[in-house]
Parts: sequence; structure tokens; C-alpha cells
Amino acid sequence: MRIGLAVGVSLVFSVLVDVSLRKGIADPAGSTIERSLPTLGFLGVRDVGVGKTIRFTIEAEGEEEAKNKVESICSTFLTNPVIEEAKITIENTDQVEGN
Amino acid sequence: MTATVGVAVFPGTNCELDSIHAVETLGGDGKILWHSTKNLSGVDAVIIPGGFAHGDYLRPGAIARFSPLMSAIAKFAKNGGPVLGICNGFQVLTEAGLLPGALQKNNGLKFLCKTVQVRVETENTTLTRKAEKGMELSLPINHFEGNFTCDLDTLNSLIDHDRVVLRYCDNPNGSIDDIAGVCNETRNVVGLMPHPERACDLLLGSEDGKVLFESLLGSN
Repeated sequence: MRIGLAVGVSLVFSVLVDVSLRKGIADPAGSTIERSLPTLGFLGVRDVGVGKTIRFTIEAEGEEEAKNKVESICSTFLTNPVIEEAKITIENTDQVEGN
Repeated sequence: MTATVGVAVFPGTNCELDSIHAVETLGGDGKILWHSTKNLSGVDAVIIPGGFAHGDYLRPGAIARFSPLMSAIAKFAKNGGPVLGICNGFQVLTEAGLLPGALQKNNGLKFLCKTVQVRVETENTTLTRKAEKGMELSLPINHFEGNFTCDLDTLNSLIDHDRVVLRYCDNPNGSIDDIAGVCNETRNVVGLMPHPERACDLLLGSEDGKVLFESLLGSN
């Protein structure tokens, strides 16, 4: 948390959410890619997994708050916890949003 | 008394008129329920039909589950009201947590559009009470994400509590344990990937869906 941030001013964090299928959940897209690679001459490729990445920026007073917000967004909306999990990467952009 | 069946419509839903046609063929009244309404008064049963609710962006059903209509349907279901989710409607119900599991991309990554045989596995649901266990029905499927999946504990619990409603006779999409439809614990919410509403008229090739709609409508 940055000291001396004025009231009503937030930091801007850049967020990368990497959504992948949970272990044990069948991945038809990954299997199809894995099966097709040897036919193209690429040998020895294993454990292909297909997921999606979601990028956005978020305003928060500090990294902890940003992390909590993003985790909540992921569990309620961006992932289906029955089959998916998310890896979250947060970076401070050094930008400040004020009002 | 004529049963009134509310048919949910989200932006991107495209099977609402087929569903209403099936309901009305069997003597019920169909009523469109727009996704922004919370008013289910006068509705005896709800159908969440097929289509691509909110474009299926993010995941099928992921956005639809947050609509005002879905909270009203959740309340309706909690009070014992019969709810049927067909295809995209099944996906919406799993996303909303009203049914267990999830629907993934089909094995083989093909969009499937054909008629399949399914077997009725239980008579003890609002959708199958007029059917017979073991009965085979010829119903169309029309989906890309119909591969039902759940963890092993959930699967065992579905089997132990007789909650598998329909199974494919010849699994077209990779669904775990050939599951084509499941119900909730109280057996009034049913989701299935096949489209019984498109099999209620001989003109369309099959009337096998009628027994399911008759069950839903509670008609004799």
C-alpha cells in the first residue's frame, strides 16, 4: 500500500486471469491439438491444455484490495468452479485514478 | 384447469416459439417471460429453452444466470415449481447452481445436430412422471457444449439418489456415464440436452417428446 495517497484516489492495477480446466476434467480441445501434433511432425508434446486468458485493469487502494476484488470476480463470474480454476497475475501500473 | 407454462427468453434464446408450440399442442398456455422480469404470477411451470443466451459469451449460461428472471425462477423452483431447462436452458441451470455439474464442449469438438435415442431412467421427476422407466425416446440434439461432466462424488450421488433422468443409448458427445439429463434433489428442476419440444408433432418426425411435456403440464 502506498503511503500518502490522497483521499478518493486509487491505484490502477493490470490484471491477467488465466482460466484453465481443473485436473481430471476432460479437455476435448487440448486432446484434439495433442493428437494432431504428431501428424504435423511435432513429436513428444504432452499435457496440452486449452484455456482462456482475460485481461483488464482494476482500481484499488492497494494490491491486497485489488487481489480480493479480482478473486471475487473470478469465483462469481469469470470461472465455473465446477470445471475451471484461475491463476491471477496482478501488476501495479503506477497509474493513479482520481476524482 | 389449463396449465400456463412460462418460457424464458434471454437475448439470443431461439427455441421459445418451438417450446410454446409444444405446450399449446398439448392444451397448455405458453407465456413468454422476458429476462428482465421477476413476475412469475400465474405461471404453473417454467421452461428455459435452447439458444445462445447473451451470445454464450464467457461460458454458456454464465451471463444469463445473473438476470432478474433467473432469481425469480430460483425462488419458484425452491417453492417446488416445475422447471425444465432444455439445451442452453440446461447450461443456464447448471451455471445458476440449480442443477449439478457442467456442460463442456463435445468430445470430438463437433457441433451435433441429429436425432438420438435416449432412455428414461426414472419416472420420479416432474418431467417423466407420465413416462415409463426404460422407455426409449427418439429426440433431436443440437449442441456444441453438451458434454455433461461432474466430479466422481457428484456422479455417485446422482446415481444413488436416482437423479439421472435420461441417458443416451449411444453416447454422442462424451457425457459422463452417458447422461443426457439430470434433476435436482427435490426432483422438480430437470435439465436435458435433447430437444423434446421439437419432437411433439409427427410433421417433425417424432412425437416422443410429448410424454415429457404431458408430464410437465400435469395433464392426463
